[in-house]
Amino acid sequence: MTDRPLRIGVGAGFADDRIAPAVDMAKCGTVDWLVFECLAERTVGRENLTRQKNPEKGYNPWLEQRMEAVLAHCLDHGTRIVTNMGAANPAGAARATRRMAADMGLGDVPCAVVQGDDVADLVRTQPHLKLLESGEPLESILPRMASANAYLGADAICRALAARTPVTITGRVGDPCLFLAPAMHHYGWSYDDWPKLAQGTTAGHLLECSAQLTGGCFADPGMKDVPGLAELGYPIAEIDADGGLVVTKLEDTGGRIDVATCSEQILYEMHDPSAYITPDCVLDITDLTLTDEAPHRVRVAGARARPRTDSYKVTVGYFDGYIGEGQVSYAGINAVARAELAAEVVKERLRLRGFHYPEMRVDLIGMSSLHGMKDDRPEPYEVRLRIAARTDDRKAAEAVGFEVRAMHVNGPAGGGGGSDPSVREILAVQSLLLDRKLVEPEVFVEGEL
Amino acid sequence: MVRVYHLGHGRAGDKGDISNVSVVAYNDEAWHILERELTAERVMDAYVHIAKGPVTRYELPNLRALNFVIEGALGGGVTRSLAQDMHGKSLSTLILTIDLPVNAPYPAPLS
Repeated sequence: MTDRPLRIGVGAGFADDRIAPAVDMAKCGTVDWLVFECLAERTVGRENLTRQKNPEKGYNPWLEQRMEAVLAHCLDHGTRIVTNMGAANPAGAARATRRMAADMGLGDVPCAVVQGDDVADLVRTQPHLKLLESGEPLESILPRMASANAYLGADAICRALAARTPVTITGRVGDPCLFLAPAMHHYGWSYDDWPKLAQGTTAGHLLECSAQLTGGCFADPGMKDVPGLAELGYPIAEIDADGGLVVTKLEDTGGRIDVATCSEQILYEMHDPSAYITPDCVLDITDLTLTDEAPHRVRVAGARARPRTDSYKVTVGYFDGYIGEGQVSYAGINAVARAELAAEVVKERLRLRGFHYPEMRVDLIGMSSLHGMKDDRPEPYEVRLRIAARTDDRKAAEAVGFEVRAMHVNGPAGGGGGSDPSVREILAVQSLLLDRKLVEPEVFVEGEL
Repeated sequence: MVRVYHLGHGRAGDKGDISNVSVVAYNDEAWHILERELTAERVMDAYVHIAKGPVTRYELPNLRALNFVIEGALGGGVTRSLAQDMHGKSLSTLILTIDLPVNAPYPAPLS
């Protein structure tokens, strides 16, 4: 082990993230680990449906492109890849990665696999489990359930990393765990070394959304400027054996990383800062300090942690009907009144056709679609009407966009730019807690060690 | 009056039907004003027409930051919301429009 700190770089922070920054990271040769975090709340449910249609699929659709872009560089430099791109089929993702590596002439690339997060069969036997969002028992959505996945922890990932394969692929795991695990594995931290687990988890929380730490989701021209937004560099965590942590990015990349960007991201998706629950610990950042050590280098200290809870959080995906949507635009004098008239006409048409919707939303884009309408705002010159409605009936969903587009010819004056009618089948998610003892993470290797 | 926009910056995150919106002060003076004046009640008032509430406020003096957890803010939940901005990413900029009843110089932009 050398004296320099372990360097963990980000390759992706969401399913459809840019690929070029990961290539920069893979080429640089100065990161020990490259982590791709690619699973949103309902992604696994969606991929589970894909897998039911094709048993070899069900992993992140960008897997091959990402691996093709970085794998050769990573093998050259000894940079190991960890990713949750396995989604609903980690073993399939490992096989796809190995096929691609072979096709590229990279030889036999063994991939470690973490699975066992799929607990659909298990929770089906426990319909009394309470859904955290609705407060109803799981039974209420069981007939429509599409997936149930537990957020596994760094312990399961560490078991996979111990196989020392170039690539480790997981399904659903806690996002920060993807970053904590390499540090635990490298330094041999124990699972009750709370100060170090706290720092490693904090690193993971900061890094898991990639560019959101390095200037993404931050710029406000004239107030908070960010250079090089088109070429944002993704973040790197430097972690030492004692849990000392600096976050930084590659030189010659766009963006900025400083106390301001880190302050925004540390609170991202956090509720009580003294109790951020992950599969590994309960993180407390109340006394966290952030210090600009040098340009684009921020020292992070003071995170604390308490023991993990007795349960895994499980995300349950279920079918929740359809959302039909349509949009059409108005401009000039009295534009808002014409858009509002169009909305009334569409609603009346849908009623006359016999459709009923448990929930409908009318937005005036350019005026009230994001922050609602509370104050007396001046009327905009142009406005885009958007109508969206929920229904279990696909035909009723289709009718929404159809009737909005009909405003071109049948509606108020000057309605233009009607959208193609949109119908989305909704895969919603809720959560529940499942006793840890019931879940058995599995680790194995695809390929020869 | 001073607008929160001139005292701090922030970001919105989503979990289910709950939005959390942070405000990070630009400097110590701005922090003292935000800590004193940007109450959960004032934030609830700014979001009352789009969120059911309640609003809970958490303080992080080391970071000069406040974190507001706003319940019932995402149209029933990100994955089933009818809203255009299902994640409520844009909710971070609504808090910045709140006027606070104090006289304060505007801090320099953070560039």
